Amino acid sequence: MTTLASYWVIALTLVNIFACYWLIKWTMKVREGESAVGEVTGHAWDGLQEYNNPLPRWWLWLFYFTIVFALVYLVLYPGLGNFKGMLGWSSAGQYMDEVKTADAKYGPIFARFAGTPIPELAKDKQAMEAGRRLFATYCTQCHGSDAGGTTHFPNLTDNDWLYGGTPEKIKETILNGRNGLMPPMGPVLGEQGVEEVAAYVMSLSGREVDPKLAEAGKQKFVSAGCVGCHGMDAKGNQAIGAPNLTDTTWLHGSTARSIKETITKGRKSHMPAHKDFLGEDKVHLLAAYVYSLSHNK
Amino acid sequence: METYNYKVVRQFAIMTVIWGIVGMTVGVFIASELIWPDLNMGQSWLAYGRLRALHTNAVIFAFGGSALFATSYYVVQRTCHTRLFSDGLAAFTFWGWNLVIVLAAITLPLGLTSSKEYAELEWPVDILITLVWVAYAIVFFGTIMKRKVKHIYVANWFYGAFILTIAVLHIFNNLEMPIVAYGGSNWFKSYSVYPGAIDAMVQWWYGHNAVGFFLTAGFLGMMYYFIPKVSERPVYSYRLSVVHFWALISTYMWAGPHHLHYTALPDWAQSLGMVFSLILLAPSWGGMINGIMTLSGAWHKLRDEPILKFLVVSLSFYGMSTFEGPMMAIKTVNALSHYTDWTIGHVHSGALGWVALVSIGSLYALIPWIFGKKSMYSVSLINVHFWIATVGVVLYIAAMWISGVMQGLMWRAVNPDGTLTYSFVESLQATYPFYAVRLAGGLLFLTGMFIMAYNVFKTIAGAPSSSEVEVTQPA
Repeated sequence: MTTLASYWVIALTLVNIFACYWLIKWTMKVREGESAVGEVTGHAWDGLQEYNNPLPRWWLWLFYFTIVFALVYLVLYPGLGNFKGMLGWSSAGQYMDEVKTADAKYGPIFARFAGTPIPELAKDKQAMEAGRRLFATYCTQCHGSDAGGTTHFPNLTDNDWLYGGTPEKIKETILNGRNGLMPPMGPVLGEQGVEEVAAYVMSLSGREVDPKLAEAGKQKFVSAGCVGCHGMDAKGNQAIGAPNLTDTTWLHGSTARSIKETITKGRKSHMPAHKDFLGEDKVHLLAAYVYSLSHNK
Repeated sequence: METYNYKVVRQFAIMTVIWGIVGMTVGVFIASELIWPDLNMGQSWLAYGRLRALHTNAVIFAFGGSALFATSYYVVQRTCHTRLFSDGLAAFTFWGWNLVIVLAAITLPLGLTSSKEYAELEWPVDILITLVWVAYAIVFFGTIMKRKVKHIYVANWFYGAFILTIAVLHIFNNLEMPIVAYGGSNWFKSYSVYPGAIDAMVQWWYGHNAVGFFLTAGFLGMMYYFIPKVSERPVYSYRLSVVHFWALISTYMWAGPHHLHYTALPDWAQSLGMVFSLILLAPSWGGMINGIMTLSGAWHKLRDEPILKFLVVSLSFYGMSTFEGPMMAIKTVNALSHYTDWTIGHVHSGALGWVALVSIGSLYALIPWIFGKKSMYSVSLINVHFWIATVGVVLYIAAMWISGVMQGLMWRAVNPDGTLTYSFVESLQATYPFYAVRLAGGLLFLTGMFIMAYNVFKTIAGAPSSSEVEVTQPA
């Protein structure tokens, strides 16, 4: 903050604290003509009166103690404007220190795991227990406690992979995150077109649809450019995370309604990057854990 | 013959009981939703996230607010020995305030919210609140101006501070731009004019002073009239009331940042929030001491006057939560307590233990006075209410203390390899038994309110429709 603002904060703070002290002293003064201690003051309202009793001693000491504590604290810690406090403490510094301590203490454990190839690590019981706990902390919010996923969030326990299920690909996904984009096709296809393409897409996994609609949809699947990502065979493309439409796994819902919604409005999917946040060693372990979910059966 | 305006006092007193039942019923319902989430029956307007705001607004502003309007209008007339400044404006505050509450009960379940805690209502309602509040200030301070006694009674200092400060807090925290002003189509959506961390700071400056001035100063005003009145004893210490009043209102202003420890708020602001919260301990306790010591020499009255039990126990809860608050404001303690149920327990030891009990006690005294009756219909039902409510509060806050500390400890528990011992869901699972105890406590408290409603109904049934009471002359 500016120097002026800093002085303003300091002045306001100290004035308020010392005003408390002055208030106590001023109130304790005995004034001429006032009633004796233990007597009523002489004022009366609706039959109510007040005693002229002194401030309780123990209470005064409590008050003084908190004032002294406040002043000492403000000398030691940041609080008085730009003055950083004599201890040089900051909340960011405290966080960094704690991270440093934790890294020094636990870093070697994860570094050891990081030296082991993922398929091998996935068979290491101790490593998988640590991986399970990492997963419980960082991944369950979207993928679920059982890693089974839910609508919009992929199941990690099957062998169906959007971006590839090799150890390297899984690690890459966790490290850098993924951004899936299905463009909205409603404007291109029109309402009837969406009906037709949806029928065709559903027919790919053997579902009962109106064959005439599906036939028309097949044409549009090519002409509208769906094949660009999903391929001529509609089996998808892991390089860009385009899903296979011929199986029974549906990321955004399998009902006719949700399939039409997906086609009309498109979808945006986001898997956040964990590289800076967790560090490579922990991501390696997490990748091994995720790998183990579909390989240790 | 000048008489007191008891009409508006009667209206607000009755609405206090009704809104208390409504607000606490919503509370019991959302406490149940935490145990059985399916209770929302798939309806968005029954969802926890929407009803939670309705619960807090209903108990603070509808129940607590009505209690403050009723008692402040009564106390300011009685202690100034004059009629309210304006009957018309007083009536406007009654109908205006209740319209605000009805609008809240409609808009919040619909999901119309500015998303600021305890200030969720959107801008059209905010404007109505401002109008009502200005009218309230004119009636209150106008009455003070035409008082027949030289000195202003201590209860009125607190009521006055509450009215003035709430006006400032409400206006500055709710400075917001309606989106219709720049081409939006939704008449009920606005965005705060403050950016980022400043917005958070303004919000908690408001939020904590809503506690400090609405839920503390206002109810201390109530305490300062009803305790000496019911116990028929002079206030313990005039000097103490002077010190604790000025110290309380000046230091409360700084306490807000303790809601934002270890956040993007600059460290210096966090520190100031913490040290002033600690300084606040003695001024807060000043009110408790003054109330409880007023009874010294008259303790025997507690035996057969259940109203005094309500008032004294409310002060004990007040003392407890104003000790707990400064402790929770210490950064180290806050690191454990923040975001846990401990906060919920703390809030309810204040809201149920202090605010609700002092209001209920005061209303049991006030209602016979303003309806021209000697006493409540049933004194033993007051006693029953007292015990049910007290047990309810204790169950509620004990459950939340235990679950809060447990959550805090579970969230920071670490395995030998540095991974967290518990996932969030595991801590949630461990909380369920305490949710059940909390629900039981809340149900007991609500039951007490129904007993009160019955007692009040029987008391005022057959009361004269108007009880014109002549203004008393100053002694």
